[in-house]
Order: sequence, then structure tokens, then C-alpha cells
Amino acid sequence: MRVIELKETVTASNDRDAEALRQELILRGILLVNLMSGPGSGKTTLLSRTIRDLPDLRIAVLEADLDATVDAETIEALGARSIQAHTDGMCHMDAGMTRAGLEALGTEQTDVVFLENVGNLICPAEYDTGAQRRVMILSVPEGDDKPLKYPLMFRESDALIISKTDALPYFDFDLEKCEARVKKLNPMIQVFPLSAKTGEGMAAWEAWLRHSLPKKPAK
Amino acid sequence: MHEMGIVLHLAKTLDETAKEEHLSKIGSVTLQVGEVSGILTDYFVECWDYFKPRHPILKDSTLILETIPAVTWCDNCKRTYETVKYGRECPYCHSGETWLLKGNECIIKQIEAEEEEPDEASETDEPSSSKTE
Repeated sequence: MRVIELKETVTASNDRDAEALRQELILRGILLVNLMSGPGSGKTTLLSRTIRDLPDLRIAVLEADLDATVDAETIEALGARSIQAHTDGMCHMDAGMTRAGLEALGTEQTDVVFLENVGNLICPAEYDTGAQRRVMILSVPEGDDKPLKYPLMFRESDALIISKTDALPYFDFDLEKCEARVKKLNPMIQVFPLSAKTGEGMAAWEAWLRHSLPKKPAK
Repeated sequence: MHEMGIVLHLAKTLDETAKEEHLSKIGSVTLQVGEVSGILTDYFVECWDYFKPRHPILKDSTLILETIPAVTWCDNCKRTYETVKYGRECPYCHSGETWLLKGNECIIKQIEAEEEEPDEASETDEPSSSKTE
């Protein structure tokens, strides 16, 4: 027997797969966004509004939430394509499952794919899916103390959407305090307070999304 | 299901190592698990035992778990303390401006393994490209 020192994280193989997938998608000019949040934070409502607001972008949705038939129907009613990914009851999506999901979805005629990750604030943050952007949604009713309870999710995200701001008058949610907490965990993070219901704040998020698109390869 | 997912990823990473290093059999796997990594070691061992016989290269392996103690740093008074004992609030100055220094990891420290038998060529006297002498 020979002793081999590895000093690798258990997910090292996933990290390599994820990096390969990321580079492939960039070369093909496709933006993959990993959308993470707790259940009921308004992922589907946000996506519906975003799809409606950006008719020039060909958007597809990879649903990974456990039972997302309702979500899929809502998305397809808007003319965007969607597919249910199989996580086999797992609490997160990894790069292999994402690749399989994208192949089943077909990405030939696509500009943006949203991966609607499993509704959970812990496990999805630990696995790289190969997305170029990681976006987290925190809704006003969930409370401004979430960054203190789930720091990893906030540290790993490129953008935070604070959704349902139309409900601010009814909750003790301190927007400034929340933003300060989040920026302490992750100074680079972009914060977008918005309401998909009223449309307030949607423009800033959509501009950021557009800006995140990889350059189309020269034909 | 968290633990099973980690076992699957671990097995995949080990498969890749086995291929690169030409290993035929893994005898032991030493994992370093942080105290606050969120991994329940009892469940983890159960998942491992369930998975092991289904994965040829790991069939006869033993899992060795080492714990990495969790340590938190206080930004306010610049001291460190035991995370599990005191939590998020600094026991010295009661500040909440604290950060986890370590204790969140899950690292494959090392494995013990047998190498693949060299090709049959080495048992005969045929010259081959591999160094047999």
C-alpha cells in the first residue's frame, strides 16, 4: 500500500466539471445564471417578469426545485422554454446534473439559461454548477437577519435580489441594515432591491443581467 | 440527503485520482471534517457503508475521519475563540463582528492504495517501454 496525500476538497471533481462547463458556455455565448433562494422567495414571479421585460433575449429555465410543475407551466405560458432537472431527491444541483439538464433542454437557440436551484439556503451554495453568475433572492418577509444565519450563501453570490419590496411597509425589514450586513460578508456583491409585482427596481437588475452576457462568438 | 451527496462526490474525486495514479484498490481514505461543516459524521459513515460495496475500487476500504476544530476570529478585539462553545458572539467583548476562521471544511487528506500490477510484459523477458529493471 502506498500513501497518497491529496489535500483536496471532497468536491474537487465537481469543481473541475463546473469550470469546464462554464468555459464551454462562455465560448458558445450563453449566460448561465444559478438562482438560489429559500422556498417562496418569489423566484418564479421574478423570472416571469424578467422574461416579459426582455423579449429580445431568448431565455430558458432549468427547474431543479423538487416539484416545480406549477412553476414550469407559468414559465412556458410566457413563451420561454423550461425543463425539469432531476436532482434524484438531492438537496442541490451539481455540475454533472446541470450539464445533463442543459443537454435535455437544448441550448442551440438560447441566450440566457436560469437554473432555478433547489429551494434551500445551505447546500446549493456549496456546489459549483458551472454558472457564470450566482444570484441569490431574499424576500422581504424572510427578514433582514438572513445574512447572519446563512453567511455562506451571501459570500458565494455575485448578486443579491431583495424581492417583494412592495411589502416593505408591512414588515420590520431594514433595507439599509441588510445591505450593510451583506456587504460586510461580501464587498463585491451587487444588491438589487425590487418588486416583480410593481416593477420597481427591475431595470437595474435587468441591466446587470444584460451586462453579464458573454460576448457572442464571431460568426 | 446531504451526506449521500457528499459521498457520491467523494467517490467521483477518488475515481479520478485512481485513474491518474493507476491505483487498483483503495485501502483507506482519511477525511478531515470541520466541526461546523454541517456534516453529521454518523450519517456520513452510514452512507459510506451503504455505498462502498457498490463501488469496486472502494470495496475493502476503511474511512478514517479526523475533526478540524472550529475557530472564530473577533474583528473587534482581535482574538480567537472556540466556535462551538461560544457561537457567533465573542466571549471576550460580546461583539457580533466575528468570522469563522476554520471548521467549515471537508478535505480528503490522504488515501492508502495499491497500485495496478504492471503489465504482464514485466513478467516475461520481452522488452517494453515501461521500466522493469
